[in-house]
Amino acid sequence: MSWKGDIIGETGLQFYGKTAASLSHEIKNALAIMNEKAGLLEDFAAMSEGGAPIDPGRLKSLAGKIVEQIRRADGIVGTMNRVAHSVDESVKDVDLREIVEFVATLSRRLASMRGVTLEPRRGDSPVTITTNPFFLQNLISLCLDFAMRAPCGGKSIGLVAEDMENGARVRFTGIEGLAEVPAGTFPGEREKILLEALGAQLTVDTEAAELVLTLPRDID
Amino acid sequence: MRVLLVDDEVELVSALAERLSLRGIEADWASTCDDALTKVESKSFDIAVLDVKMPKISGLELKRRLQAKCPLMKFIFVTGHGSEDNFREALRDAGPAYYLVKPLHIETLIHKMNEALKE
Repeated sequence: MSWKGDIIGETGLQFYGKTAASLSHEIKNALAIMNEKAGLLEDFAAMSEGGAPIDPGRLKSLAGKIVEQIRRADGIVGTMNRVAHSVDESVKDVDLREIVEFVATLSRRLASMRGVTLEPRRGDSPVTITTNPFFLQNLISLCLDFAMRAPCGGKSIGLVAEDMENGARVRFTGIEGLAEVPAGTFPGEREKILLEALGAQLTVDTEAAELVLTLPRDID
Repeated sequence: MRVLLVDDEVELVSALAERLSLRGIEADWASTCDDALTKVESKSFDIAVLDVKMPKISGLELKRRLQAKCPLMKFIFVTGHGSEDNFREALRDAGPAYYLVKPLHIETLIHKMNEALKE
């Protein structure tokens, strides 16, 4: 295996591991809520056996909260499944808007931990490109990571997928503090390898406070 | 025993507070760091049960800030981490503290709180 192949593989594994850890953490929270709501149901049942009256409205509300968390956990499992299947095909037609929204979903918890809101903006028309979906998700995630860590980072980062004449682009907007990032820091080694694999380019626009990821229409 | 529960998952922390109250334990809750720090200004608590990972601030940092205001307060950390080893490593510098992994078993939590208060 070439040295370059190792970097891209390692980067992919890091992305996969970080994503799995974050999603499993969220599932744990959903399970913990179900656990406490079910525990309250048990507690009320025990009190009822001791002669205390039960409020049916309260029971209904608790059951509803459990169902809410089941739906939440099911959604998270669906997301994990989608990540897992993103490696099924190495080249595929994708709608860039959906990829951007998906990575924003994956990154939302991490963004929240950092006090940042992610705002994908969805245009009306599909932005179709032929690319490697997993590499692209990985690269967008790395761009978001960088954006969230930028000094005096903005509280809200916009993500916009746009069609262009010979391809498409993703703009990451609202990244305050870009001018303070030392030149040459980003893109780093991992990002450069992914850019090469995707035939893409990344520009850092300090004046507009945004990153622009430009992608070819067809990776082949 | 007066307990302050802090977790950004409101449904979790409010239900846990209610369950502790049903067991005769005085429990209050907060879903943000600021809320937790405000609560300790007006009320005294013997023990705080903190989520390790919350938006904007870690449970560890919140512990430091609470301890500055309430030096005698005891702490229990709660995590959604997959493994206890990973969690222990993350809290290596936490100082004396107990930890539990979600989902919680309430009797275990109460037992840990009693242990912490005996110290």
